[in-house]
Amino acid sequence: MSHIESDPRYRFETFVVGATNRLAVAASRAVAQAPGSSYNPLFVYGASGLGKTHLLVAVGQLAVQLHPGLRVRYVPLDEWVDELHAAVASAQMDAFKARYHEVDLLILDDVQFLAGRRETQSEMLRLFNFLHRGGCQIILASDRAPNEISDLDQRLLTRLSGGLIVDLDMPDYETRVAILQRKCEERNARFESGVIEAVARLGHGNVRELQGALTRLVAFQRLGEISVTARNVGELLGADPVPEPSVPAVSNEFGNFLSDITVAVAQHIESWRARLSEAVATWNARGYRTASLERALSGQDVPDVDALLQAFTASVARLQTLERNAASDPAVAGSAAFRDPERLAEAEAISAAAPGVPRVAQQPAGKFSRDTFETGSSNQFAVKAADAVVREPGRRYNPLYIHGSAGTGKSHLGHSIASEILASSGGAHSIAVLGADAFSQELITALQEGAIERWRSRYRSLDVLVLDDVQNLAGKSGTQEEFFHLFNALFTEGKQIVLVSDRVPRALDGVGDRLRSRFEGGLVVEIERPDQELRERLYARALSALGQEPSVDLVTFLAGRTPATATEIAEAAKQLVQLAGGVRELTVATAQSIFGKTRDGVDTQRPTQRVVTSRVQVIALEDGSFFLPADKTIWDWPDVGGRLIEELR
Amino acid sequence: MSLVNYATREITCKIVYYGPGRSGKTTNLHHIYEQVPEDRKGKMVSLATQTDRTLFFDFLPLDLGMISGFTTRLQLYTVPGQVYYQTTRKLVLQGADGLVFVADSQARQLGENIESMQDLHANLSEQGVDVRTLPLVIQYNKRDLPADMTLRVPELEDALNFRGIPSYSADAVHGAGVFETLRGISEIVLRKLSAPAMAGSK
Repeated sequence: MSHIESDPRYRFETFVVGATNRLAVAASRAVAQAPGSSYNPLFVYGASGLGKTHLLVAVGQLAVQLHPGLRVRYVPLDEWVDELHAAVASAQMDAFKARYHEVDLLILDDVQFLAGRRETQSEMLRLFNFLHRGGCQIILASDRAPNEISDLDQRLLTRLSGGLIVDLDMPDYETRVAILQRKCEERNARFESGVIEAVARLGHGNVRELQGALTRLVAFQRLGEISVTARNVGELLGADPVPEPSVPAVSNEFGNFLSDITVAVAQHIESWRARLSEAVATWNARGYRTASLERALSGQDVPDVDALLQAFTASVARLQTLERNAASDPAVAGSAAFRDPERLAEAEAISAAAPGVPRVAQQPAGKFSRDTFETGSSNQFAVKAADAVVREPGRRYNPLYIHGSAGTGKSHLGHSIASEILASSGGAHSIAVLGADAFSQELITALQEGAIERWRSRYRSLDVLVLDDVQNLAGKSGTQEEFFHLFNALFTEGKQIVLVSDRVPRALDGVGDRLRSRFEGGLVVEIERPDQELRERLYARALSALGQEPSVDLVTFLAGRTPATATEIAEAAKQLVQLAGGVRELTVATAQSIFGKTRDGVDTQRPTQRVVTSRVQVIALEDGSFFLPADKTIWDWPDVGGRLIEELR
Repeated sequence: MSLVNYATREITCKIVYYGPGRSGKTTNLHHIYEQVPEDRKGKMVSLATQTDRTLFFDFLPLDLGMISGFTTRLQLYTVPGQVYYQTTRKLVLQGADGLVFVADSQARQLGENIESMQDLHANLSEQGVDVRTLPLVIQYNKRDLPADMTLRVPELEDALNFRGIPSYSADAVHGAGVFETLRGISEIVLRKLSAPAMAGSK
């Protein structure tokens, strides 16, 4: 690590600005004043001895002066490479990376040494991407333009050229005179008139040589052996003076104006490079090829950036549609053509040949319709929530978590939500209703067939997902992980998720916390076992469906019996009709003769344990029964999941 | 008129010098013209009356060369300051990318300055141009005149620069402040280069 960073010789104040370096100086100053916001990266190039290092260090010094606490790192490339090698040798790569990840302004000198070093280039690319993403200012200096550095990785070249590129040229005569005069002042040296001008005319190739010449003259004069005159300067320095071509003495006013305008134009015009680079990085990260953008970026011609980006985005959108269409065909799904806008025609052909995606992954069962779902006070709350979800899928209660004992109609309600949404969208929505076991089985099959991507994309394109028997996710870590990502993808996109289980989220043993907490983040509703009234209605409906016209007494009797869930009631009704052997009008007596007389165990069948999972249930339930009259209950809780339940946790 | 033409890779800025008669608009252009190297200046077109005041307008095309791959040109115009050349003024104003209002610092010219500024606003609004969005700077010219003849800059600012736009003191006859003014207006105009691109990108 050098101490050049604090060398007082390398300041903007000591840098003589002329027409050939004005742009570079102006850009460097802008960078020092607002690191990371104007030209990032700033690439300064020019032949040796023209002040690149001076400028770079000056940026660092001014930046620190203006922004105390700014972490600046100046490092010549070879030093960086040495550090890299040392880090590799001592297995300290993490420390090495951390050291460079913690800077706000990275100044890299002599980057032309990247030429031909592929591994170094990859490491540099990684560092570059990291810093650039973090808004860190990068300044680079080289003795040649980025595209002249031989064997440079195309991606790195793109990034190096992504900001502003400025060059330093040999200063003109006036600037050379100014530099020499400045140096004389620094060294307290005085020459007779004409000497400085004569030195400036000697045709030195760079500023360093110019300063060397002055140093020699100062030495000659100090030692007092030879008097330095305008005439013998060339002889003393062993060079013939090159006469400056006589130019009309034009004031530099226009030149200065031109330099300023050049900076202003460059600042605004060069922004196209920044925008293109940004687009390239973004799309690359998403796995798309960006050859067309990269070509435009490396070209010298300024493209119509808006049109270019618009066309590119449109192509990508088309590719995404095509990829979805072709997802069901394992032979072509995941083809590289879907990731390259330049192969759009090919992708179109592939997609056209592939069979279409089944719009509905798992159809809701027709028998579980909303019409056949009996509503009573024991499931009223869940039904209201389900209806709200149907009205505004994905926007009201997401996810909706329905739980209740076996046979209470949870699955029925889940299916009915799916079929209602499907119907109300005119069949346009893509909907899947399936159990956690089936989900897991599908995953295994997809893994066996190597079609996991296709399987994933099918689920991620869903509008509504109803997952039944969520408790069966327990212990299946792979399925849980897959479902976790699917859940996040759908949730982020505002797609409705309905979860059905026999227990509350927190009782889902063997299901990861990350999933459980997400389930609880939605609306958790319970379907209780049907009460007497609902049981009566269920019996009435079940018997009617079997061709009976049950009397009120019969229904009341039956509802008082053991079978307590919707499923059990349907089963019992069927059994009764069968055992009665085709009796047209069933009576209480018939039923008694078949089932026995007792109204056994109804109350003992009622749930004895209830875990209150959310505030919503606290509001709705008292003593285990639903009692609030509908007109006094607030059903519409905007964003209830986000507020109440979060609060309770 | 589009400032940047990406197809032909040209940037063309039309800058109009506006102000009351004899305030020094043409003198500004003359000074610029004298400083421009031969190879960069187009022909300065000046149609003047016998009394040397601008009759129609001055037109000075400046070729700034290739900047960032764009052929960059400035077109500098002046309007005739005299009240009765209203039509010419409106014509010249059309499509301006930026304006320099050259005010006469002489105390006795204050009324004419104000009148001309009002005239500018009226002409712009007639053309449907919102003066608040059009780049505009003010130049207080003739600062070389004796102090008892001229108003102080704060006084001029009070009278003319109620919007607090950039202003420059100048002595156009000797060239002081001329390029500063041109630089000021050019940079504001060029700043607009990136504005549409930014809007499109987000």
